[in-house]
Amino acid sequence: MLGFIIQRFIQAVGVMAVMSVIVFFGVYAIGNPIDIVIPPDATQEIRLEAIRRLGLDQPLYQKYFTFVSNLLQGDLGRSFVYNMPVLELIGGRLPATLELVLISVICATVLGVSLGIYAGYRPDSWVSKTIMAVSVLGFSVPSFWVGLILILFFAVHLGWLPAGGRGDTVMIWGVAWSFPTLNGLSHIALPAINLALFKLAMMIRLARAGTREIMLTDTIKFARAAGLSEATILRRHLLKLISIPIITVFGLELGSTLAFAVVTETIFSWPGVGKLIIDSIAVLDRPVMVAYLILVAFLFVTINFVIDLVFALIDPRVRHGASA
Amino acid sequence: MSADRSRLSLFWAEYRENRSAVLALVIVAVMILLALFAGLISPQDPYDLANLSLRDSRRPPGFVGSGGYTHILGTDPQGRDLLSAIFYGLRISIQIGLAAGFVSLTIGTTLGILAAYLGGRVETLIMRLVDLQLSFPAILLALVIVALLGQGKAQLIGALVAAQYAYFARTAYGAAKAERGKDYIEAALAIPLSARLVLWRHMLPNCTPPLIVVATVQIANSISLEATLSFLGLGLPVTEPSLGMLISNGFPYMMSGRYWISVYPGVALIILIVAINIVGDQVRDQFNPRLRR
Repeated sequence: MLGFIIQRFIQAVGVMAVMSVIVFFGVYAIGNPIDIVIPPDATQEIRLEAIRRLGLDQPLYQKYFTFVSNLLQGDLGRSFVYNMPVLELIGGRLPATLELVLISVICATVLGVSLGIYAGYRPDSWVSKTIMAVSVLGFSVPSFWVGLILILFFAVHLGWLPAGGRGDTVMIWGVAWSFPTLNGLSHIALPAINLALFKLAMMIRLARAGTREIMLTDTIKFARAAGLSEATILRRHLLKLISIPIITVFGLELGSTLAFAVVTETIFSWPGVGKLIIDSIAVLDRPVMVAYLILVAFLFVTINFVIDLVFALIDPRVRHGASA
Repeated sequence: MSADRSRLSLFWAEYRENRSAVLALVIVAVMILLALFAGLISPQDPYDLANLSLRDSRRPPGFVGSGGYTHILGTDPQGRDLLSAIFYGLRISIQIGLAAGFVSLTIGTTLGILAAYLGGRVETLIMRLVDLQLSFPAILLALVIVALLGQGKAQLIGALVAAQYAYFARTAYGAAKAERGKDYIEAALAIPLSARLVLWRHMLPNCTPPLIVVATVQIANSISLEATLSFLGLGLPVTEPSLGMLISNGFPYMMSGRYWISVYPGVALIILIVAINIVGDQVRDQFNPRLRR
């Protein structure tokens, strides 16, 4: 087990190293940020001074080493545009994004798994057919379009919910959160629904596919033969058997929802990290782009690592396969 | 040849049983025709600036413009006839979806089959890369690449391919790996047929069913991704708007109740994507032996 953890850990570190090189060179190989940072009527001296101050005159590999050594000390550089440490900038926006993502993914999973099990358990009932039809929609309709329709219907047409912004926030542990206030909740509702719909469709399909396959297996036949009630079978056996793919997808979705939050945050002017990165791409604020991508990569590697560990705990085959 | 044809007609006979899938197929065909003949059926050429008049901009559906004809779906902020803009936008969206899908299919399948066939280091290298990419959301990847490469059709297709080839590689690899161990491949290699011949004439055809399914889904995904990127302002230039760009153009006016500029192109986009996905679903179900009784 320990060997397995170490092996996976080394892999994760390797992946991070590769990602940092790709992201860094990719982002620094394009455009000239100096034109954005200084006014066009600046003198040549000011221009050269700014280039030196920002370290833009160094060769690329040297910038990379400076970047990595700073990174290891927890310094991700300063934003060209906001002129403040990137980590502080992203850190200030992170709670808004996390709040949105967690609410969406948890709602989507709980609701999606329940609906999916039902649809898989009674595949021919009309309720199941409706659930599946809706899930096809949720799956194929682009999320920005759903966001638009939500705004059009609930904010413009009905006027029930606000179309953008974060609303009232409450400070907890020095961080502003929207969910404890009613006004904040009303602001979070539309973006959260927007973000959750896609995940919901995916969870429904996953749970349904798993249920359909497992209901045909001997496990369920024997459980029935043993006289267990259907509810017990569903709760105790089925749920356990379909949980592995669901845990995997839950973890991966947590990450990819963060990515999709980019779209949702832009539509609903939600002041999170996603909006920040879109704005940064538009003005070529490289330190922010690099830092964001590295952080996302780190997040994904961590999630994958944790999923592997959870797998090994649930399924002994994975453990033994790795040590053999 | 006749065996192929009878298999095809069997496939069609089974497909025909699902009425909504047939309807979806018809819709896809109609939309492709609309896109192909956009120039003939549109009331207006939306790319010809001489045709556009700002006096006609943001008019509601049914408005009779300075061109003397009725704008059935209204006009957009540039004074384009929305119906024409949708036909042309459909053309661009389908073009990009097909191009990105086809290139990813080619690159992905080649990589996947090579990895399965060659094994060893090459296999590890390719599949590690693919897995790494698959754990990364496609939208983020496409976003970054478009940001790096700049705007334009070729760059956009490049970004979509980079974001999607991995799905094909994974699918082709899985199918090819299963085929690789079978006796007929060993037999063909023992004759000996050349490795290239075995790969492309024997292995590839047996890997096609899952690839067709992935291709259908990925074309729909490309179209949707392109629309999303265009909506975020990172897609195509404004002069030749795709459906996503049309929606994006209308977004600022939605709050003031001018819903049609965003909504109608959006409806066209959704119908297209949903129809392609329904076709893909049906094909997948037909290819999946586990769902057969």
